[in-house]
Amino acid sequence: MINFFRKKPVQYPKFWDEYVQSFEQKMPTDIEDIRFVALDTETTGFDYIHERILSIGALSLQNKTIVLSQTLELYLQQDHYNADTAKIHGILKSGGLNKVSEAEALQQLLGYLQNAVIIAHHAVFDLNMINKALERNGLPNLKNQVLDTSKLYKSTLISSNIFKKKEHYSLDELAEKFDISMKDRHTAIGDAYITAIAFLKIKSRLKEKGPLKLKDLLKIG
Amino acid sequence: MKNTISHRVADFLKNFPPFNLLAAADLQTLSGQITIIYKEKDSPVFLENDIPHQHFYVVHKGAIALKKSNEKSMMDLCDEGDIFGLRPLMALENYKMEARAQEESILYAIPIDTFKPYAQRNNEVGDYLIASFASNTRNPYSKSHRGKLYEEGLELNPNAQNTPLLDLQKVEYSKKLVTCTENTPVKTIAEKMTANNVGAMLILRDKLPIGIITDRDLRNNIVTGKYPITVKASKIMVSPVLTFTKNLTITQAQMAMMKSDISHLCITKDGTSDSKAIGILSKHDIMVALGNNPAVLIKAIKRTKKIKSIKRIRKSIDQLLSGYLEQNIPMTLTSKIITELNDVCIKQVIKISLRKMSDKPPVKFTWLSMGSQGRSEQLLQTDQDNALVFENVPEENLKETTDYFLELAKIINKGLFDIGYAYCPAEMMASNPNWCHSLDKWKTNVTQWITNPGADEVLLSSIFFDYNVTFGDVGLADELSKHIFKTTQNYPIFYLHLASGALQNPSPTGFFRQLLLEADGEHKDSFDLKRRALMPLTDAARVLILSHSVKFVNNTAERFEKLAQLEPNNEETFLACSYATKALLKFRTKQGLLHNDSGRYIAIDKLSKEERIKLKRTFKTIKDIQELISVRFKVSNLMR
Repeated sequence: MINFFRKKPVQYPKFWDEYVQSFEQKMPTDIEDIRFVALDTETTGFDYIHERILSIGALSLQNKTIVLSQTLELYLQQDHYNADTAKIHGILKSGGLNKVSEAEALQQLLGYLQNAVIIAHHAVFDLNMINKALERNGLPNLKNQVLDTSKLYKSTLISSNIFKKKEHYSLDELAEKFDISMKDRHTAIGDAYITAIAFLKIKSRLKEKGPLKLKDLLKIG
Repeated sequence: MKNTISHRVADFLKNFPPFNLLAAADLQTLSGQITIIYKEKDSPVFLENDIPHQHFYVVHKGAIALKKSNEKSMMDLCDEGDIFGLRPLMALENYKMEARAQEESILYAIPIDTFKPYAQRNNEVGDYLIASFASNTRNPYSKSHRGKLYEEGLELNPNAQNTPLLDLQKVEYSKKLVTCTENTPVKTIAEKMTANNVGAMLILRDKLPIGIITDRDLRNNIVTGKYPITVKASKIMVSPVLTFTKNLTITQAQMAMMKSDISHLCITKDGTSDSKAIGILSKHDIMVALGNNPAVLIKAIKRTKKIKSIKRIRKSIDQLLSGYLEQNIPMTLTSKIITELNDVCIKQVIKISLRKMSDKPPVKFTWLSMGSQGRSEQLLQTDQDNALVFENVPEENLKETTDYFLELAKIINKGLFDIGYAYCPAEMMASNPNWCHSLDKWKTNVTQWITNPGADEVLLSSIFFDYNVTFGDVGLADELSKHIFKTTQNYPIFYLHLASGALQNPSPTGFFRQLLLEADGEHKDSFDLKRRALMPLTDAARVLILSHSVKFVNNTAERFEKLAQLEPNNEETFLACSYATKALLKFRTKQGLLHNDSGRYIAIDKLSKEERIKLKRTFKTIKDIQELISVRFKVSNLMR
């Protein structure tokens, strides 16, 4: 007997199913075997209801290694444009870049991400931007585990009643503290690179306190 | 597809041979295939006898040490832009030495399969590789195998490591020429030499070297009154000049100087005086290349114009240190010399940083080193702890002045970071607005710490009160010290807090006279030499010397010696403490050099029986001094 009240299961595109399937694989136990993806987005603004993603940069990190032939650098075609933020990211509305549609970008991103652990600086923002874009395209939220380099960095600092840690640490501050070149700052892939190197250095600082497991990192942020 | 990061890599590589010989498009393609690898300090890139990787490596950041695993000393140290691990890939054989990260490093791994065609197609690249494999030098501070991508010679001559081939190395000459013409008056020449801090001036005619004037020539000809200071260069210059090619070895240069009794040689393009001068080589350069003499090193540091050169010289300071320890030079002397060298390095960083500022400092200031550097106990590089005091300024200028010094401090902190002092994880650095104040503000802060001593204030005082003037005006620091003594005398309760702080770290043996080992973390089961042995002594010396109002004796061992003079009835205890401090410091430094770290944690089971007994002997002394403090300052058990 057919149940008329049951909602028809939503049909998601094939690339989404493949993305979901990748999570059936068990996470490796050794942190060096885990694939991390450092990710950053450049957007038209900070409000994730109205603003749009202009560019996504991502590179994958496994066993302290970044393979340059396997990076993701996407520029998105968007109708919404904000001249104010263009000063920061330098992406022109109709620049010479090879741009893809938002839907195409999401498909490429999911294919790239798979079940990797995402690393981002102030991760909530990038994730919200991407999830909103997924929603606009009729897709559910990202399923990946996420680490925030801002929170991780904070945990490496010693604090006492006299030295208050700051609420937030900017990517500029991290780049300065870890001596990472600020070249390509404010391009998605450049920021993703700084985030990735900072992550490696933070991880090595944290390791001094004891053997490091993914779940310890997830607990911090 | 656009690939920003590989552009970045290509941008870096194009500054270094042989990549600078590649066409931009080729370099771009190559860069797209590169892997970026992060190496933690001390982690290996490859080990001796490993099968070759698919890549060879270029150092992007940090430093990689190459050594034979059965040898103690390093064969070569590769830093920014240096290539290593190429020869085994070309020769299809296993690695002949191990490569290990001397410091935290980022490497570019270049796939040999992608690179080979470029090397074969581009003759210049091939030539470069052959030339650099065959030749032998770039850096006078490394052993004789510098620059050898091929590690040949190791097997041809099994004694290679024992014979110091250093003398046959090519010399590092100064490429920056200070020159003038034969008509220049000697007064101008002397001024120019002083400004450039050089001992010789090359006289050129049509870019060709025709003569040289050194300090000695000025002394002999001008100061004696033989010629007036307006005389032209041609009158007193030594001519002709001895010229050589840049392939001159150290021994050749020494021979030439000895034979002609001169102190400077000129390096020209083809080695004759008919070709363009490209550099000058002084006796001093040779002495630096030969190395380990503190006076020479200090001179070399003072001459540097770039932070990076200081970093390179620092490596020889470490070599010097390990030599002193091996030869059992007394610790007091060793630590004096090394501290002095460290101090000169920091001073030079500050001088270079001051030059980077657009304006001169608006008022007088003092750069204070705190913690171990302040106590002159820092033999190995650790975190930086520093602070800045500037002269009081009217309220309306305060912000502007503070901003200036914060900016300066930021440049200095970065410079110190670049020569190997890690940033302080608690931000106790002059670039932190909490550690950069006017004299009055510092006085207020210090009073606050002394009159309201909580745990944090005691900690702060214990770090801060060991300050030492590294650079700038001594008067400011002096006034601050006076203020500290006056205030502590008015608030004797502060001593009690400081004393109880000094007793926080219990004596290092546990209930059953076992060594207390760390219970968890990376250093599980090792002994924390700093916290359990050195800190109790340092803290004890501080509170005692402060209660005697003795100024400017910061070194812990010296403090105990001073205390022994001041209190003859406790002489024995204090001298034992002084001895224990030196012994422990030596211990820590040796361990640090052995493991390329701060030497703080010691694996007890790796120590020899003799070392263990020595270590334990110091613990009795620690217990004695802790008892003395607890009785003297009436620290009740409740407070502990």
